[in-house]
Amino acid sequence: MTGIAFLIPIALGLGLCGLAAFFWSLKNGQFDDLDGAALRILIEDEGAVDD
Amino acid sequence: MNASSPRASTAALPETLFAVPAMRCAACISKLENGLPHTPGIAAARVNFTAKRIAISHLPETKIPDIQRAIAALGFESQPLGDELAGIADDSSRELLKAMAVAGFAMMNIMLLSVSVWSGASGGTRDLFHWLSALIALPTVAYSGRPFFRSAWSALRNRRTNMDVPISIGVVLTTALSLFETFIGGAHAYFDGAVMLLFFLLTGRWLDSVMRDRARDGVSALLKHKAAGALVLSEDARSEWVLADALKPGMIMLVAAGERLAADGIITKGRSHFDLSLLTGESAPATMMVGDPVHAGTLNIDAPVEIRITAAGASTVLADIARLMEDAGQSKSRYVRIADRAARYYAPAVHMLALLSFAGWMLAGAGWHQSLLIAVAVLIITCPCALGLAVPAAQIVAAGALMKKGILVKDGSALERLAEVDRALFDKTGTLTIGRPELVNADALSAADKPFVLALARASRHPLSQAIRRALEAEGTVAADTENIREIVGHGIEAQHYAERMQLQRPDPADAGASLAVQFSRADAPVVILKFEDALRADAEATLRALKALGIDSSIASGDRAEAVQPVARALALTAQTAMRPQDKLDAISRLAAAGHKVLMIGDGLNDGPALAAGHASLAPASASDAGQNAADAVFMGDSLAPVATAVRAARATQRIVKQNFVLAIGYNAIAVPLAIMGLVTPLIAALAMSSSSIIVVANALRLKGAAR
Repeated sequence: MTGIAFLIPIALGLGLCGLAAFFWSLKNGQFDDLDGAALRILIEDEGAVDD
Repeated sequence: MNASSPRASTAALPETLFAVPAMRCAACISKLENGLPHTPGIAAARVNFTAKRIAISHLPETKIPDIQRAIAALGFESQPLGDELAGIADDSSRELLKAMAVAGFAMMNIMLLSVSVWSGASGGTRDLFHWLSALIALPTVAYSGRPFFRSAWSALRNRRTNMDVPISIGVVLTTALSLFETFIGGAHAYFDGAVMLLFFLLTGRWLDSVMRDRARDGVSALLKHKAAGALVLSEDARSEWVLADALKPGMIMLVAAGERLAADGIITKGRSHFDLSLLTGESAPATMMVGDPVHAGTLNIDAPVEIRITAAGASTVLADIARLMEDAGQSKSRYVRIADRAARYYAPAVHMLALLSFAGWMLAGAGWHQSLLIAVAVLIITCPCALGLAVPAAQIVAAGALMKKGILVKDGSALERLAEVDRALFDKTGTLTIGRPELVNADALSAADKPFVLALARASRHPLSQAIRRALEAEGTVAADTENIREIVGHGIEAQHYAERMQLQRPDPADAGASLAVQFSRADAPVVILKFEDALRADAEATLRALKALGIDSSIASGDRAEAVQPVARALALTAQTAMRPQDKLDAISRLAAAGHKVLMIGDGLNDGPALAAGHASLAPASASDAGQNAADAVFMGDSLAPVATAVRAARATQRIVKQNFVLAIGYNAIAVPLAIMGLVTPLIAALAMSSSSIIVVANALRLKGAAR
């Protein structure tokens, strides 16, 4: 039975971590431009070739 | 949001938003973001591809036209977005999403604990699990329940009731009772039911709100603004860019050919043609000279003029129409959505049932504790989980399908109203027709003439010249080399080819008749008359037939002259009313409404704005003025009229599915409620019934994916 004393807090803690991560990403604009993010990966990012 | 992104470290600079509807690929993003900062005065650019917007931070002295030119130099058309559009972030969706995330998290954890209780945990373990559930559920209900509590409270304060009242009472009562059960170490706690209810309902709300945001983003990216400002001549004869809301009567503004006016005024210098179609719907340009009044929103076509401003901002004719529109829109805001209409009957019924079962069990001698437990079970089981999803789930799937077909529906109530229409009024210019003149007799020109005509036409911004250019370029004509091309304002264009003089000009009225025409003449050859027509949209006839088949009669309500409307009316076999002012269109709609019709208004111009707002439902093409697009319930893209019928059909299909969903949801209640009243419903059964009915309703809604065929 003592197992539960560890396991339940761990389970809840992990869930809370996920929730916190979601809130963080929402606040930091990770979901603002979903289509754009999919395309940005295709941009060659060697901007150093500016003239 | 943009300010916190790593690129925009220049937070102190002013930031302006532009809509760039033409961006389509990764290359566009990098071209804009890497290209724009090379322009002096622009510090950084950040693209939001989903909203088709670009946020540009620039030096305070860099003006909007400069930035637009810089964007144009990269090959993109752009429109500055006013603050009122840029300001509305998707706050309400975000709020709902957060509440939904919290409820989802809590639901899963409580469910985990509940499953072990259901599978036989007893004694101390069960109490511990109930306490843990309470620990999770209380903050969740307080946080995620707010949208419902707020709406229920405001409804109650106005002595009305809505769907949120039974939800709020159910959730609060359930939580309180479960807490009490937990205190006394009872066998059943309904925390899982309360939180799951919140989660499913929030999902429905969130879908609804996402749909509204998505359509709004689409529409605002399409918006073509009236002139954002004007070049104003100051006392010392220098010109300076002044934003539209800073223009004052008495100022002199310089308006170049091809610009829209930002204020009403009187011409003090120059003479030009003006395209008034935005205000009157009239397709032929009007000649204006010194002393003539001109209005904000009209387009100066062919020569620069100076205009003394007589009215700016809120006192322009444009603003008057906007006010008329606002008043007309109030009838629409009185529309009651189907879910709320259902709630009007549903909510009292639910309360009554719960109350009756409480009273019944009390009378049967069950004791207040058990009676209350049963009443709560009834409340929970009847709480409109599936009902809350029934409408938004169907509407968002339908709106998604319509969006793929190029029809942007602004919100769910628009779909409901669209399904009910039984009468259609069409504007002519820009709605039944494409809204720009097209050359109809290109064959009248010999192959030898065409290159010269193209060379002449290319030199002018007059709509007829542009039409010639489009028609000839589409044929593959290559322009000839000519010399001394010059445009004679109000008359035509002339040029020289070696010694030969050639002209493209307005014809003698006797030759041309009533229609739009241009004549081409060269030294020794006979004069060629080129005729133009505002062509009908593709599928116009088929669309009207389709509407007829749907039981919708159509007619034309146009601001144009009778002679201009007649050919269109005859071609489509429609009755028409002509020379209507915005107020007349409003009256026509209210007459039809008084006769019991639900009118669908389809129009594009500013002059249609009030009618679009007043119609039971309204559609506008994407080429419409921004006022038209704002007032319409849905905007369709492309040169075809077919989306009108598609939208009505899809709206009716949606309504059918919504009704089926209601039947499913109520059918589930008919089975579950008697069980609950008999006291047979345990939390396990409540949880199962609730989720399965929600899933069935959503699955039924998914059938609408192909609704927009």
